[in-house]
Amino acid sequence: MSNIQKQKPLLEVVDLKQHFPIESGFIIKRQVGAVRAVDGISFTVNEGETLGIVGESGCGKSTTVRSIAQLYKPTSGSVIFDGIDLVNAPKEQMLDARKNIQMIFQDPYASLDPRMTVRSIIGEPLEIYRKRGMLDPSIDKEVIEKRVEELMERVGLNRAFKNRYPHEFSGGQRQRIGIARALALNPKIILADEPVSALDVSIQSQILNLLHDLQKEFGLTYVFIAHDLAVIEYISTRVAVMYLGKIMELSRSADLYKNPLHPYTKALLSAAPIPDPEIERKRKRIILTGDVPSPNKERFGCYFYDRCPHRMEKCKTNIPPMKRIDENHEVACWLYE
Amino acid sequence: MSETVSSNQAQSLAAEGIAVQLRSNKKIMWEKFLQHKLAVVASIFLLLLATLCFLAPVIAPYEFDAIDLYNIRSAPSMKHLLGTDALGRDLLTRLLFGGRISITIGLTAALLGSFVGTVIGSSAGYFGGRIDNLLMRFTDLAYSIPTLPLIIVISSYSNTQAFGIVVIIGLFSWMQTARVVRGAILSVKENEYVTAARALGAKDRLIILRHVLPNISNSIIVGATLGVGNAIITESSLSFLGLGVSPPTPTWGNMLMDSQATMASQPWLTVFPGMAILLTVLCVNFIGDGLQDALDPTL
Repeated sequence: MSNIQKQKPLLEVVDLKQHFPIESGFIIKRQVGAVRAVDGISFTVNEGETLGIVGESGCGKSTTVRSIAQLYKPTSGSVIFDGIDLVNAPKEQMLDARKNIQMIFQDPYASLDPRMTVRSIIGEPLEIYRKRGMLDPSIDKEVIEKRVEELMERVGLNRAFKNRYPHEFSGGQRQRIGIARALALNPKIILADEPVSALDVSIQSQILNLLHDLQKEFGLTYVFIAHDLAVIEYISTRVAVMYLGKIMELSRSADLYKNPLHPYTKALLSAAPIPDPEIERKRKRIILTGDVPSPNKERFGCYFYDRCPHRMEKCKTNIPPMKRIDENHEVACWLYE
Repeated sequence: MSETVSSNQAQSLAAEGIAVQLRSNKKIMWEKFLQHKLAVVASIFLLLLATLCFLAPVIAPYEFDAIDLYNIRSAPSMKHLLGTDALGRDLLTRLLFGGRISITIGLTAALLGSFVGTVIGSSAGYFGGRIDNLLMRFTDLAYSIPTLPLIIVISSYSNTQAFGIVVIIGLFSWMQTARVVRGAILSVKENEYVTAARALGAKDRLIILRHVLPNISNSIIVGATLGVGNAIITESSLSFLGLGVSPPTPTWGNMLMDSQATMASQPWLTVFPGMAILLTVLCVNFIGDGLQDALDPTL
């Protein structure tokens, strides 16, 4: 796997924090706190790989990719893409760089404008950048039309349906439309925010295979969010496990599933059912006590302290740093000092 | 160009047994509007009524202020098809002349009101925060001012006729639309397709015009159709108070007001202008209904 290590990082996230202010007061608002959705995470994504992000609801997965896409202004930290810090770059430069970062959304029903035809949905990214004058001037309406048809064929939609509206398609087909839209500008990296979790299992595999094929064909890089561990295992080169806005463990996909290190990862993996009733009945699960604590308060110890079965005195007051266990495996836990 | 390409495709696809619709979206909308029978009948009727009214100087049987002293307060007859009023003026003639002003005021004031309301409501709803607070408090303020007295004061200073009244009514009837539009936008802007458009780098103006407003067109259309009726009624109140269109120029509103005292003895003086207002408002509502259906691709 050393060849992956040698590849240059395409995207670098450095100590990214995304806090949302909690305001109170009538007319004169004052900030009374903050939801620490993402609380200082760092990772790199290499060219051509897929970085999976797993974690339970509310752990900040979606917020992370949205901050990377600059849909929110990050509280602090930087997102470096192709040598440009998107957080602090001037708007024009940021937009130009973001042409190469596209998103696929979770809900195939809500992410397509019900009043637009498929052709205008898929062509929209091109239209927007054309109007901004950030595309090659040779790209005119006819070229866009051709490109839309090409994209539809590529993602497995009949191009004769380009005049139809989203509601005339099934969930899987709609997700294909969303993928075609994300591909329109020939991006380098695609941020997929749970792209299959709203779909039927049979459709999920079709979409995953499509994403896989597209990656090979266009040399795409993915940041792929899911809460389904099997999906993540299938698609990811490396996996980051998030909890309460922090990365707990970051490892090559195969290593993580074979040899989870962090207590949270172990619990998470043991929560996934095994599709064999014999084994499923015999195995022992790690049950975590309590709920995910509120992300509103500032923490000075390990973020997993409240629920950790192995907690120590040290964990209460010291935030464990990311520690490299071997070449492809990092973990943030005091057990591995 | 795309049409020829798609017709070639259609042939190849037809060979594969796939039915292809080659209708453009505008045509689909138009066909959907035509399917709404009530809306079609209403449009034809309103168009006919408007044409008759605007042709009043040509087709009306009398002058609108011509007095027939032999037939004062006469019931509908062959000579005066809809009867005459207290001054012996022909009701049909006055109805046609009055329609010119009433329909114009109703439609344009409602359009103006909806436009202002949509602009204010959508800015408040979309941008939120301080802008929202500021605009909505301004809306509350405008709402809490008793409209009629204010209109009376303003119109007494401006001795304009129909145009002035359109502006005055329009500028004092946007508040409801603004509130409804704001509310609708608050829910629509949370949709992922708005986030998607922002992720693509679309400007706010484009997002509002392309993604948000089309998805709340229902609320705007309903507001506008209700506004037509309100504008006609407001105009009649103003006329009644002598501040709207001044006599002897007829409007449906002032004809209705003039007939109040004699409603029992000469009902035709009340019934016909009332019917004219009722039918116009009803037609506009039906058309609005058809428009909503036609604009919504999911229906």
